[in-house]
Amino acid sequence: MLNIDEIQNGIVIDHIAAGTAIGLMDLLGIKDNRTASVALIQNARSSKAASGRKDIIKVEGDASWLNLDVLAYLDPNITVTIIQDGKPVHKEKPQPPKKLVNIVRCRNPRCISSIEEECDQIFEMSSNGKYRCIYCEQEMQVKRG
Amino acid sequence: MRHLIDPLDFSHEEICSLLDLADRISADPKAYCQVAEHKKLATLFYEPSTRTRLSFEAAMLNLGGHVLGFPSENVSSASKGESVADTIRVISCYADIVAMRHPKEGAPLRASRYSRVPVINAGDGGHQHPTQTLTDLMTIRRRKGRLDKLTIGLCGDLKFGRTVHSLIKTMARCKDIRFVLISPEELRVPDYIIKDVLEANQIPYLETRSLEESMPQLDILYMTRVQKERFFNEEDYIRLKNSYILTRDKMALAKPDMAVLHPLPRVNEIALDVDEDPRAAYFEQVQNGVYVRMALIMTLLGLEEPRAAKEGN
Repeated sequence: MLNIDEIQNGIVIDHIAAGTAIGLMDLLGIKDNRTASVALIQNARSSKAASGRKDIIKVEGDASWLNLDVLAYLDPNITVTIIQDGKPVHKEKPQPPKKLVNIVRCRNPRCISSIEEECDQIFEMSSNGKYRCIYCEQEMQVKRG
Repeated sequence: MRHLIDPLDFSHEEICSLLDLADRISADPKAYCQVAEHKKLATLFYEPSTRTRLSFEAAMLNLGGHVLGFPSENVSSASKGESVADTIRVISCYADIVAMRHPKEGAPLRASRYSRVPVINAGDGGHQHPTQTLTDLMTIRRRKGRLDKLTIGLCGDLKFGRTVHSLIKTMARCKDIRFVLISPEELRVPDYIIKDVLEANQIPYLETRSLEESMPQLDILYMTRVQKERFFNEEDYIRLKNSYILTRDKMALAKPDMAVLHPLPRVNEIALDVDEDPRAAYFEQVQNGVYVRMALIMTLLGLEEPRAAKEGN
């Protein structure tokens, strides 16, 4: 297995479905990162994943800027582990929030949010667990890979 | 302050109270001719409309109020690029209540978040049209004497037909309702209505392509127009526009007390000779629309019902 240095302080986002981490980087806000060290590992071996492969993202240092809200919606198997002084101190499966604000844009060209300036992109969880745009009720669609 | 953006903004009980008020108004419209004196309704229509705008204006005038507004986007500041949020903040200074139609879905919701006066959704794109639904409910209740235990057929453009979406959402709260959804494959009811409304509430429904086969089981047939303005591609519109035409022959297959509703305008989806059939209720709907909008304006503005009308009923 490919070795990536252990991080001392930061977070590890693990059990990402193989091949989807690049799409996830955008949603997490990593695309605009200019300071933190970020490692992306694709197709790492996994005994838990049905495909036998997974992606992993490691962020060294302050990770508070990461937008983790969307993780649980994207993939319920994802885990987030906080690392302090080289040791995992907390591991969790993110819970899907009731509302997502300005994380994903509504893709419905008929939606008011597609033309209105300064209009927040807001999705709320519907009764069947899907996120829907509060304006047009279209289901949220995200690029997963 | 309350708005009417989504048909579910009012509970079933509130809707029934509003329909009761609309019935009382229809029994004695003159008794209500001064209840909105000194009040102003702004009709903000970013999309052309004849009946809904005039129905709102007639409703306010019938109540003794005044109307102002614009009939299309071209004559408003929207053509200069003004946002909905800014427009409504300005109009809130001029009017006591607003009825907004907009081609973009969710625009009235956006407006309601910035408004200082009640906002009524008068139709937002292919999304919702709650006041048409109130009109439909009033007509159904008057024709059938109830809003429950009904098999409702919806026919035509069920994808972009906002009146269809609003009616399904609202009727889904009534007991023993069954829907028959009759449309071409391309114009099926959107996924969010199927999953979040029908399946989530375990409401029986059937999706079918055949109007003829559906006719005998229906208590209500809700016809819709295939709307040219909702298509990005005119070729698709031309291919689908004549999918369903209700004729006298097809009416012969229906129950003798079925009611035919249509939000209007129609193009050719109901043959003219069906108008003479006593089961045709679509022009009655238009009249009911004025009464129900009068009741809605009174409710949102918290206007007192005239004593004479209350005592007379």
